[in-house]
Amino acid sequence: MSDSNIVVETTQRILRDLCTPALVNEAEKGEFPKALWETLEESGLTLAWVPDEYGGAGAEIADGFGALRAAGEHAVPLPLAETMLAGFILARAGIASPMGPMTVAPVHAADALEIGADGTLHGAARLIPFARWTQHIAVPARRGGEDVVALVATADCAIKPGQSLAGEPRDQVVLHGVKALEVGAAEGLDSDALQVLGAAVRSQQMAGGLERALNMALDHATSRVQFGRPIGGFQAIQHALAQCAGESAAAGAAADAAAEAIANAIPSGLPLTSEDVVIEVAAAKIRVGEAASVGSAICHQVHGAMGFTYELSLHHVTRRLWSWRDEFGGEAAWSIRLGGIAARLGDQALWPLVTGVR
Amino acid sequence: MPVSFRFDPVDLPPEAKALRLEVREFLREEIAKGTFSPLSTGRESSWSPEFSRKVAERGWIGMTFPTEYGGHGRTHLERYVMIEEMLAHRAPISFHWVADRQSGPVILRYGQEEVRREIIPKIIAGEASFAIGLSEPNSGSDVFAASVKATPAQGGYLLNGTKIWTSNAHRATHMIGLFRTSPPTKENRRFGLTQFVVDMKTPGISTRPIINLAGRHEFNEVLFQDAFIPEVNMIGEKDMSYATASAELAYERAGPDRFLETLSTLTELVRSAGPEPGERVAEGLGREIAHLKALRRMSLSIAGMLQGGKTPNVEAAVVKDLGTNWEQALPGRVRHLLPPAEGDESYAAVMRFNTLIAPKLTIQGGTREVLRGIIARGLGLR
Repeated sequence: MSDSNIVVETTQRILRDLCTPALVNEAEKGEFPKALWETLEESGLTLAWVPDEYGGAGAEIADGFGALRAAGEHAVPLPLAETMLAGFILARAGIASPMGPMTVAPVHAADALEIGADGTLHGAARLIPFARWTQHIAVPARRGGEDVVALVATADCAIKPGQSLAGEPRDQVVLHGVKALEVGAAEGLDSDALQVLGAAVRSQQMAGGLERALNMALDHATSRVQFGRPIGGFQAIQHALAQCAGESAAAGAAADAAAEAIANAIPSGLPLTSEDVVIEVAAAKIRVGEAASVGSAICHQVHGAMGFTYELSLHHVTRRLWSWRDEFGGEAAWSIRLGGIAARLGDQALWPLVTGVR
Repeated sequence: MPVSFRFDPVDLPPEAKALRLEVREFLREEIAKGTFSPLSTGRESSWSPEFSRKVAERGWIGMTFPTEYGGHGRTHLERYVMIEEMLAHRAPISFHWVADRQSGPVILRYGQEEVRREIIPKIIAGEASFAIGLSEPNSGSDVFAASVKATPAQGGYLLNGTKIWTSNAHRATHMIGLFRTSPPTKENRRFGLTQFVVDMKTPGISTRPIINLAGRHEFNEVLFQDAFIPEVNMIGEKDMSYATASAELAYERAGPDRFLETLSTLTELVRSAGPEPGERVAEGLGREIAHLKALRRMSLSIAGMLQGGKTPNVEAAVVKDLGTNWEQALPGRVRHLLPPAEGDESYAAVMRFNTLIAPKLTIQGGTREVLRGIIARGLGLR
């Protein structure tokens, strides 16, 4: 996505100033980064994807993805992406977004949620990002035969705390028996649509995170001297970093393809779970996930022992990369789905599928 | 300032979609007529002057060349769409491929007017084919160590020495070759080389076949013995090729030919696995498609950069490195997913051929190691 616009520039500026390594470490100790949150909220970024009439900033979908690339780069340790996602799906269900941090559930495809005849929610959702720090949760659910989105007060739910590989809150949220504050019909915006949106969002964050890791490794390679010269002067290191730069570039291109598919689908009314969108998002999450694995390994190798310490903040991005790989569908799940679509369409349709012109 | 490579999105113009469908229709008809097979088994030659002339009649050679030389004045994006359809369908385009991809553009950019007027229309008509005369017995990846001599003679130069690994030299009408016109200097070891357009029918040029490990005759040794080339065939400035030779790299390295070479193995996997493969095959297939889509997007982005007048040599090296590594490993990974069933001769033949050609993919047009060096330089490490 283009970074030459006001939304992305604002995000970059705020994060450069406030999202310091010290702040990320404090957040991991359990302290909600309140000042950073307030600045992001005041800037309108947290509700970037919510139209004006629902209390948001009404930014372009593409610009929101650009801001998320920057958020990934800076290892933002609070629910910026999740609040953006929640605001988006709430608006689609005609529900105005409340202020304050939000998250979404479910994140894992198997945790389908329902609203029963008594009007309360059924089920629980695992590994919900930042749940304990949020005030509200946006929940796509089934009610009778229809898709709805429920706005739930986090305080009404039982929360079992857990942590991601990056030390971020990933909590179990028990929604059983909870009465939603508001429920709105949202045809086609089911938990699968949330998987698609979430996968595109994580792909952007990961592309940003990997680019940051690459840049840290490049800085290290040009400053760390061994055997009488900067280690970046050795061909083995050069080739490893060249490979990593390729992975990072591929991740960026793949993530952009997913963002583009979603940005194009929304105004045209194409469902997010339609085959054309799923193909792009699946391909992105798979490719970005693989790039994250290969690239982060190279960046750690280049950093040597220093990169394995808590003190150096390389792990702020690499641990997030590892944890984001698994959220909203990992590479394996999306690969099975994408491969299944391609197989069903058949050999003659393979190339048309790749080009997107069928 | 963060270092990374930008591959900005490209919006294909509406005329590109119409062109794509037109090319697909043309290829479907030719396949139906039996002109060629869309599967790469190595049984058929990809060198076909007849087919190239048909492509030329459609206006699909020299698409981006300026109209004043008989070109079609179309965009790099339109050309991209046309060539990726040709490559994905395995159309036999070798005859005009190098001429259209790089020799034509180089002659247009640096050639002398008389040669432009003579050769460009022939390329566009599908009548001229080009070999690339770079490698020598002692100058492979180290291109600027070239030693085949071009010594001044009345009205031109005499060529003497040996080029090697020259694809299609035995059947191309022309070559663009790199020749030594002066010794290198102490300050600049790349100084002293000059490119020339060489008519392959020139007396004093002979070729000797070198059979590759797939049993095919593509590359050659080319011997020059007092072969005369006129002065007018010089490309760019004498001794200064190092300054201009890199201009063609973006054309040569970033196209869809750098990741579509072994695509048939994936198509045959899909056919062989059928509409409901097991999870294992589906997973493997999905992964390959994800790689392919990202590569294609990056390659298309480079076509956009070329259209914008840029010379994205480092980005092109990134795409070639990623693309050729992927297409090289593809037959092996497909083989793990679902080997050809007994009696499935088409899949077996595709698998055999692509397994055999795989080693060359990360060597031709700049080895993986050379590319990674170029990328490292782009990252500021050299």
